[in-house]
Amino acid sequence: MNQSPNLNSYREGPDEDGRFGIFGGRFVAETLMPLILDLQDEWNKAKTDPAFQAELKQLGAHYIGRPSPLYYAERLTQHLGGAKIYFKREELNHTGSHKINNCIGQILLAKRMGKTRIIAETGAGQHGVASATVAARFGFPCVVYMGATDVERQAPNVFRMKLLGAEVRPVTAGHGTLKDAMNEALRDWVTNVEDTYYLIGTAAGPHPYPELVRDFQAVIGTEAREQLLEAEGRLPDIVVAAVGGGSNAIGIFHPFLDDANVRIVGVEAGGKGLDGDEHCASLTAGSPGVLHGNRTYLLQDADGQIKEGHSISAGLDYPGIGPEHAWLHQIGRAEYVPIMDEEALEAFQLLTRLEGIIPALEPSHAVAEVIKRAPKMGKDQIILMNLSGRGDKDIFTVGKILGMEL
Amino acid sequence: MTARMDKRFADLAAEGRPALVTYFMGGDPDYASSLEIMKALPKAGSDVIELGMPFSDPMADGPAIQLAGQRALKGGQTLAKTLQMARDFRKGDDATPIVLMGYYNPIYIYGVERFLDEALEAGIDGLIVVDLPPEMDDELCLPALTKGINFIRLATPTTDDKRLPAVLRNTSGFVYYVSMNGITGSALPDPALIGGAVGRIKAHTKLPVCVGFGVKTAEHARAIGASADGVVVGTAIVNQIASSLTADGTASAATVAGVETLVMSLASGVRGARLAAAE
Repeated sequence: MNQSPNLNSYREGPDEDGRFGIFGGRFVAETLMPLILDLQDEWNKAKTDPAFQAELKQLGAHYIGRPSPLYYAERLTQHLGGAKIYFKREELNHTGSHKINNCIGQILLAKRMGKTRIIAETGAGQHGVASATVAARFGFPCVVYMGATDVERQAPNVFRMKLLGAEVRPVTAGHGTLKDAMNEALRDWVTNVEDTYYLIGTAAGPHPYPELVRDFQAVIGTEAREQLLEAEGRLPDIVVAAVGGGSNAIGIFHPFLDDANVRIVGVEAGGKGLDGDEHCASLTAGSPGVLHGNRTYLLQDADGQIKEGHSISAGLDYPGIGPEHAWLHQIGRAEYVPIMDEEALEAFQLLTRLEGIIPALEPSHAVAEVIKRAPKMGKDQIILMNLSGRGDKDIFTVGKILGMEL
Repeated sequence: MTARMDKRFADLAAEGRPALVTYFMGGDPDYASSLEIMKALPKAGSDVIELGMPFSDPMADGPAIQLAGQRALKGGQTLAKTLQMARDFRKGDDATPIVLMGYYNPIYIYGVERFLDEALEAGIDGLIVVDLPPEMDDELCLPALTKGINFIRLATPTTDDKRLPAVLRNTSGFVYYVSMNGITGSALPDPALIGGAVGRIKAHTKLPVCVGFGVKTAEHARAIGASADGVVVGTAIVNQIASSLTADGTASAATVAGVETLVMSLASGVRGARLAAAE
């Protein structure tokens, strides 16, 4: 534990002030500051507490279903005719996405801290469902803030949350998407500081959230690294994941950051194209700013007002990104590319037909990037992609666009 | 530091009454009406002006101030125009302290150095930036103090005695005690509890302590003013403006007049505060 920090490592961040380079930090109202410091203390203790780690591992194995499989997508590989494609099957987790990894970790922290009420924000509803699930499992009341637009386009998840006993509060401010839900969750938290634990769903927000969410999600990359070494005897050439706030991406990226020969590719929501405002490509088309407790890349105008953004996928519909991604982008360790709505839709259909896996629209963006890259790569090369969620929640959105009667 | 703030609080202390601190959103509903509101405030009895800088994502504000910010942004307000509003106000009033209040991102995007230089030149006396706690002092607080602009910090019920010294360390001008955990525009808590909290803060600092969040009427102002050095009113003024607007959201004849009437009433409240306390 007393090793001096490895100056050549990309895995040492954040510093004690929660910074990844210039990104991250603790830009919150004074009311929340003592809570964030308490959370940091508790997290520091939990990290090294064998009992906490044992409980996390036990729940991971028996409640979530870890380790998730590493799957060789043989038909997609043959179809594209290039690199071998492996999927980390996070969509097979309990509740259908990677979100549960973080929720189990944070609910254990909430319990340790003696909190009695859980709040969460959600975009696609996957984090809301995962939060409602762990709240049910541990007996906490749970309020989920969700943009009114998202409530409409993710109706199945709203129903699931309600069945699980959570209260879903639609947020009508702004475009009624994830950004607005996060504002409203912060307002709830600042009002109910004594008893409430804010279960943030992505690797963003004030320190220590980006760090602790990453650490709870890094199980994805840690497992995938071992599984691939076992299957192929080597590391992948490229690791690909979709990025909204960026929790599934940082989870699979982080364990590979110090493997110099592994390229890291994050896929942003290009929406209807980067020319106008209808996209969520904050790294490709945004600039550094301060929102929701951290400094990161944001979609904003010349006056520092935050733009709304657009994506077909509610989970990527956020005008910012986790601070560690902002840093990896700035120093060039990871590359971030946009994928348009239409490309994601095509990828969604192709994967469904070729592999019999209906992916969520979020990882469909990553699939689209794989479709672009694999044919240009050699057959001896390997792509590892995080298949972060299943697409059941999206069938109505997709059906509507494709003109199918449901 | 600019002299206006300290002089104003010293004068009021000599007069033996608390300050009335009034907040409004710059540019709500349009620049010209908003400037008229600003000019009307001191005439109606406001001692210190908080000039709100609109932000798209005001995370610590309730619905009233959120909507005011949206109206202002829709009306074309920018940080540059908010600074211009202060300049225009200063042409007719060089005594009333002006505090800019808002969130950090528009300032960060404007550029901290440029913002501070222009704010000083525009006659700004202090800054309240909600999302910059003491842990982030390098960003704006320390540069502002170096230039001579007060950095006014919020203390809240969660700011315990252990944390209070850190919160007060680089604070100047006055301390803004937020009387409850929550967002702007909530209900007023028990004045007796507030009195205790003000006493707790005063044990740690010689700065004036102003209290806000939930003050809506002259009666509230009188009750809070019995223990505090200043009473901050924001949401009530913003609501008054909202209720005066026409159906399509533009200013009416009642927009400025309504604010004047409300502020005169609040001013009578603070002026009676110490008398009420002495009885």
